Amino acid sequence: MTAPELPDRAGHFGPYGGRFVPEALVAALDQLSQAHADARRDPAFVAELDDLLANYAGRPTPLTEAKRFSEQAGARVFLKREDLAHTGSHKINNVLGQALLTKKMGKQRVIAETGAGQHGVATATAAALFGFDCTVYMGEEDTRRQALNVARMRLLGAEVIPVSTGTKTLKDATNEAFRDWVANVESTHYCIGSVVGPHPFPMLVRDFQRIIGVEARQQLLDRTGALPDAVVACVGGGSNAMGLFHRFIGDESVALIGCEAGGDGVDTGRHAAPLTAGSPGVLHGARSYLMQDEDGQTLDTHSISAGLDYPGVGPEHAFLRDSGRARYRGVSDTDAMAALELLAKTEGILCAIESAHAFAGALQWVAEQGRDDLTVIVNCSGRGDKDVDTAARFFGLVSQEDIQTASDVRAHEGEQP
Amino acid sequence: MTRLDDLFAQCRQENRAALIGYLPVGFPSYEASVAAMVAMVEGGVDAVEVGVPYTDPGMDGPVIQVAVDAALRAGTRVAQVFEAVRTVSAHAPTVVMGYWNPVEKYGPARFAKDLKAAGGSGAITPDLIPEEAQPWLEAARAEDLDPVFLVAPSSTDERIAVVGRTNRGFVYAASTMGVTGTRSTVGNRAEELVGRTRAQTDLPVCVGLGVSNADQAAEVAAYADGVIVGSAFVRALQDGGPDAVRELARGLAEGVRRR
Repeated sequence: MTAPELPDRAGHFGPYGGRFVPEALVAALDQLSQAHADARRDPAFVAELDDLLANYAGRPTPLTEAKRFSEQAGARVFLKREDLAHTGSHKINNVLGQALLTKKMGKQRVIAETGAGQHGVATATAAALFGFDCTVYMGEEDTRRQALNVARMRLLGAEVIPVSTGTKTLKDATNEAFRDWVANVESTHYCIGSVVGPHPFPMLVRDFQRIIGVEARQQLLDRTGALPDAVVACVGGGSNAMGLFHRFIGDESVALIGCEAGGDGVDTGRHAAPLTAGSPGVLHGARSYLMQDEDGQTLDTHSISAGLDYPGVGPEHAFLRDSGRARYRGVSDTDAMAALELLAKTEGILCAIESAHAFAGALQWVAEQGRDDLTVIVNCSGRGDKDVDTAARFFGLVSQEDIQTASDVRAHEGEQP
Repeated sequence: MTRLDDLFAQCRQENRAALIGYLPVGFPSYEASVAAMVAMVEGGVDAVEVGVPYTDPGMDGPVIQVAVDAALRAGTRVAQVFEAVRTVSAHAPTVVMGYWNPVEKYGPARFAKDLKAAGGSGAITPDLIPEEAQPWLEAARAEDLDPVFLVAPSSTDERIAVVGRTNRGFVYAASTMGVTGTRSTVGNRAEELVGRTRAQTDLPVCVGLGVSNADQAAEVAAYADGVIVGSAFVRALQDGGPDAVRELARGLAEGVRRR
């Protein structure tokens, strides 16, 4: 069986995927599977989604040739500009699809987990557009790291619930979202933000993100007449990577490179790179690679990027890793930030810190090949506005005092009538 | 026949429901958790659900989550669960309550072997459904352990039938759509679910989620074969130690006998 035909009917990608959930959720997962299968065959659904993607989200996103960055990289580098999609990342592709499914299922409320806040913002956006009630669970630590996105979600009418259990990050936000879903499953759709979770989510989210690779492949063929040598994306849960990779799986000459959060370095233990340094296990409803101790307890993760700070990864990535079709590597915080700076200064594009891991991984991969005729597509999965604060601290661009003063001034201005 | 089968046969003879109490191993310490499980039996609990602490207990509400987090921070290991089972099984039948990943990591066959050797009767697996359970079913069968899967108000009759055919010991009926935790009312969906389950299987049907006092226990005992109490025991242990656990068990044991 070739990968594009996966998963099987029970949601398995080889030994990965499946459904490891409380019995209470099975009926809702079956309902969702059915709605998804019906939608795939329904021309009206496809037309409505295409219209939203084109006229609301701004697709197709451009494929930008990064000429000055290419000189530094030693390869011809093209950027798939998901940062230019509405809400500033690829997350909108998935939530518009799931919002349409929610409507089809007759549900009026959506919930979501979010790490960096990009998926939460996208879900809040779709909820506003469709008139759904929306609750977003976000780790308390992430609400501090990404306060701007918390404000965006609230402006869009969503309720944001900070999660203070466990590690206070994306993993625990996901636990809380599952608990909400179990209790409210009859009225509520859980809009999962990545290719993770129980079947059918990994397949469904992949299908809604697949457009990234479909567009990029055609755009590059139109521009250069050839396929790329590699496509590169960052991997947290792995939705932007699955979206970019999927159309290329059958193109055997194209290397698929996934870049995980190497944190302080994959040999330090302080990272979020389960495919590089984890082992197979079950978390959040599916079997995949994860960061766990010898008792099967989930380990704490570390990454400068809230969106990649997650101990698990989508099951299809686990399958692609084992089969060797895709290669995964850990990219350290330091290397990611250097790539972010390089892209900003050579191309005038400030990417999300998540996406910066892909740029760093692309630079490393090209250097390892020892050739000067390579063409690479890197998924610029999100824009970096939300990360300016983190970057300012990392690079010491402004003093701590100035950051505090600016925030005090803003708070003061906010009080004016 | 496991000790659970004997227990339910005895309860039927006494025309009452069984009382099953849950506590996680390692909270507030290993010793205190085992002492509290024994106190629970002294107070009148018929079988003990020995909890395996797990970092991501998706079916548990805040009371149990906080307790297992504390147990893990205190360094509780999966292997200690078998020590606890060995001690408590001297007083009453035991089943472990464990999320799947720690069992998978330990190795299903090894887990079943060690559980059996410690005197355990079976395992409740809240995030494992029969479709994904082949390795566990084989391991449990090899050791003559009772695999216990759940049914929920949202389960179709077809799924309830599958659980009925797969389970041994009893069927765990989740009273409401939700996570563990005490509730002011148990809800009428539990009775309907028990009825639908009885139509599919002859196994005893025990109701869990939301029961915290004698009146609720009596209400559930009127239609179910067993009443499962968890969060209320954890809270009692937290607030008043093993004595409070024993006291709570006494009240609940009186409740399951009011028929």
